[in-house]
Amino acid sequence: MNDFNRYIPHTEEDIQIMLEFVGAKKVEDLFEMIPKEYRLSKPLNLPEPLSEPDLLRHLQGLQSVAYSSFLGAGAYHHFIPSVVPALISRSEFYTAYTPYQPEISQGTLQAIFEYQTLVCQLTGMEVSNASMYDGASSLAEAVLMAERVTKRKKILISEAVHPEYRKVIQTYIDPDQEEIILIPYKKVEGRTDEKRLSDLLDGEVSGVVIQSPNFFGVIEDLHPMADKVHEAGGLMIVGFSEAVAYGILKPPGEEGADIVVGEGQSFGIPLSYGGPYLGIFATREKFVRNMPGRLVGETVDLEGKRGFVLTLATREQHIRRERATSNICTNEGLCALMATIFLSCLGKKGLREMALMNLSKAEYAKKIASQIRGCKLVFSSPTFNEFVLRIQGDPERVLEGLKGKKILGGFTLGRFYPEMKNHLLITVTEMKTKEEIDRWAEVLEKAL
Amino acid sequence: MERHAICVHEEVCREMKKRDTGLLQDEPLIFEQGGEGRKGYSLPRWDVEEMKPEQFLPTALLREGLEDFPQLSEVDVVRHFTRLSQWNYGVDSGFYPLGSCTMKYNPKVNEEVAKMGGFSNIHPYTPENLSQGILKLMYELQGFLAEITGMDDVTVQPAAGAHGELAGMMMVRACLQSRGEKRKKVLVPDTAHGTNCSTSSVASYQMVEIKSNEKGIVPLEKVAELMDEEVAAIMVTNPNTLGLFEEHLSKIAEIVHRKGGFVYCDGANLNALMGIVKLGDLGVDVIHINLHKTFSTPHGGGGPGAGPVAVKKELAPFLPIPGIEKRGEIYRLNYDRPHSIGKMKAFYGNIGVLIKAYGYILSMGSEGLKRVSEIAVLNANYLMKRLKDHYYLPYDQSCMHECVFTDRVQERFHVSTLDIAKRLIDYGFHPPTIYFPLVVKGALMMEPTETESKENIDRFIETMIEIAKEAEENPDLLREAPQKVKMRRLDEVLAARRPRLRWTQER
Repeated sequence: MNDFNRYIPHTEEDIQIMLEFVGAKKVEDLFEMIPKEYRLSKPLNLPEPLSEPDLLRHLQGLQSVAYSSFLGAGAYHHFIPSVVPALISRSEFYTAYTPYQPEISQGTLQAIFEYQTLVCQLTGMEVSNASMYDGASSLAEAVLMAERVTKRKKILISEAVHPEYRKVIQTYIDPDQEEIILIPYKKVEGRTDEKRLSDLLDGEVSGVVIQSPNFFGVIEDLHPMADKVHEAGGLMIVGFSEAVAYGILKPPGEEGADIVVGEGQSFGIPLSYGGPYLGIFATREKFVRNMPGRLVGETVDLEGKRGFVLTLATREQHIRRERATSNICTNEGLCALMATIFLSCLGKKGLREMALMNLSKAEYAKKIASQIRGCKLVFSSPTFNEFVLRIQGDPERVLEGLKGKKILGGFTLGRFYPEMKNHLLITVTEMKTKEEIDRWAEVLEKAL
Repeated sequence: MERHAICVHEEVCREMKKRDTGLLQDEPLIFEQGGEGRKGYSLPRWDVEEMKPEQFLPTALLREGLEDFPQLSEVDVVRHFTRLSQWNYGVDSGFYPLGSCTMKYNPKVNEEVAKMGGFSNIHPYTPENLSQGILKLMYELQGFLAEITGMDDVTVQPAAGAHGELAGMMMVRACLQSRGEKRKKVLVPDTAHGTNCSTSSVASYQMVEIKSNEKGIVPLEKVAELMDEEVAAIMVTNPNTLGLFEEHLSKIAEIVHRKGGFVYCDGANLNALMGIVKLGDLGVDVIHINLHKTFSTPHGGGGPGAGPVAVKKELAPFLPIPGIEKRGEIYRLNYDRPHSIGKMKAFYGNIGVLIKAYGYILSMGSEGLKRVSEIAVLNANYLMKRLKDHYYLPYDQSCMHECVFTDRVQERFHVSTLDIAKRLIDYGFHPPTIYFPLVVKGALMMEPTETESKENIDRFIETMIEIAKEAEENPDLLREAPQKVKMRRLDEVLAARRPRLRWTQER
């Protein structure tokens, strides 16, 4: 018997009985409605099936080796408490579908309700959806939502927004109907140029996208920008890729944001070479009917007991079809659960402490890096756990040197910003020990 | 603070004491538990000087605290989420015949491999020479999917089916634009998934609906009539949402191609066709594949999924960047696709999901995948034939991997599809998809999948027959169902009328 039958329980006898019942002689007869000339006569060209031990051996061989990494730029190596993988491995969670039958999905529904609450508390917003694909697609959906709300077609985006996120926005919009204008960043501070923002704002602007901390790790001063955006009748969209920063930063909701979107990967979700991650999406109550994605709401059952259901579905594709706010259906439910468990463990004190540790370690790294000859900290504004370093010499060569010592020493900014060809973006989370940081600096100095 | 000495949330405690519900005990929200100073985490030791944020940042940029965040010990967190999980129903709990969702068993080995440190700890900006294994996996998966669907090239970037649809329709739009054509319309049959309609409008197309015929499929003459130079594409699901094979697809494709349009196929129902027929051979130009359906990766209670898109040569230049390519023995990310639609996601796809699907395909091989489709179709036909004397079957013909009944017979007893679905819960089954597809009034759409044994299907069938009898003899049993669960029917109208979308302290 073939190994793959471990996933198909039918015995030969079962198959015979069933075929007979449906009036077929052989299995092929079931496919008679498919025109004969298109039915395959030879097997698919795929590798021979593997047994479980052979599959494990094969996949073990494809794994990467761990290096000491100073990479961030939208994906962060944070501590994940063992509780998170243990709990999401409960198959009642991970083998369930979207909770369309609330009576037997209260676990998923209550957890999403808790997630929505945590996101609101973190961002200072009033409503959060049940998740989007990732930070970038969430931001793109925010841009589309701002257009729906304001009925305007021009969008201003800070150049200090993650370049890959900008690329995704570009993909999502219709270039024939919508226009994107970049707001430059200030070369000394590393912050969005709020004066240029004022110049660019007019009655056509639907929304303004600012990321904080921005792609350079710099914390933006959101409030004055939000005021200007509102004066022009647009929406302030605040994005983020490093959610842990909000353990200490003022919630964007208190800074005048109308939509807050970002990447939740930092909250207990492994790096996994870029996904699956978690798109966070929160806004004001008054915009809820323009919001994309699923929402869970509180209600009661027949006996008056508190329970939770998917709600306001008239915005969504399966009800509203071509007039839906978005085409999203499957989201990142299990990743939202990871974030919920992560935040429940860390809680009020832990998230703040983790954020402080990131800040402190990054500041330590900044201090020792600035003492290296040939290295210079570039921006004067405050940063969180990432910073930009200008180095003497070719960054590719320098990073190669670090790699030789099993260190991924930073991200070359020249890839996205031609004017920064000698610049590295360095990320230091709580997972970097002082020894690792010292060694990074030491090897970097030699590699210059 | 004094209240904490006795019980943090007296009301909740009192409420809980009132019910002796065994394992179904109530569980308050995470915010209604815990206590000041409780801790459920530990962090790396402080080996650098602890900075105060005020040293670097103006206080105006700092938050006061995370006042309403929970404070719990680890065991509190574990009990809370364990209890929540017990109120859920997953594929591992039992039969889950949710039509068009392909709720098959999710092999455990694939969960294990996706968690391996050499995959889960790789940063997306890891240099290519240090991520050859994962790139190889992605490259090979692209090849497997191209082979299974009969297409030329694949992207594994989209995060879900609807995301793949959007990528696919954007490629169609970009290709037409490159020919200097600006078309306005997309044809969508009334048996399509809801996402098809919204995808076409997100991609800036106007949707034109095609009515399916009395046999439940897209009529050739209708396509011929509606197809013109304004139409960018037709979006078909094959097998369609009635579980029927679109017999005329290759001819439909000819008509559409003759007028310069594209054929988009929603591959959500690919589980019926693997190793049997290649959709590419039928003239399909672009298709998305739901790895979280056909290729056994779990649904996660609503994601993450993965929605790779396979295309014919003509659309390949428009695939998202980066492409995963092989040059000699080296795998690399190729950003040099000048005609690309761009990026759908910040990075390269839901890799954790791709690993599981790759593991599944390697476990099954060609013969195994063909077996999957054969048994999935056999199970559905068996289920259909055994139930058709008890429930109304609007399209009485052989089905593929799923079948659609309605409540027409039970309606006479003032019992609806919803009642039947809820009564199934009392018997320990997950209900089928209900009220979908929209072309059938009161639809009950059942997809058993290949991983259900004959005994399980028989048990389900007998239960459905019993419920049909109950509908006649004691309809209240259905109207008041479910009764044997944690929650009775929930008031969805109330939830929508007065939305409470988060917990707040005041209440």
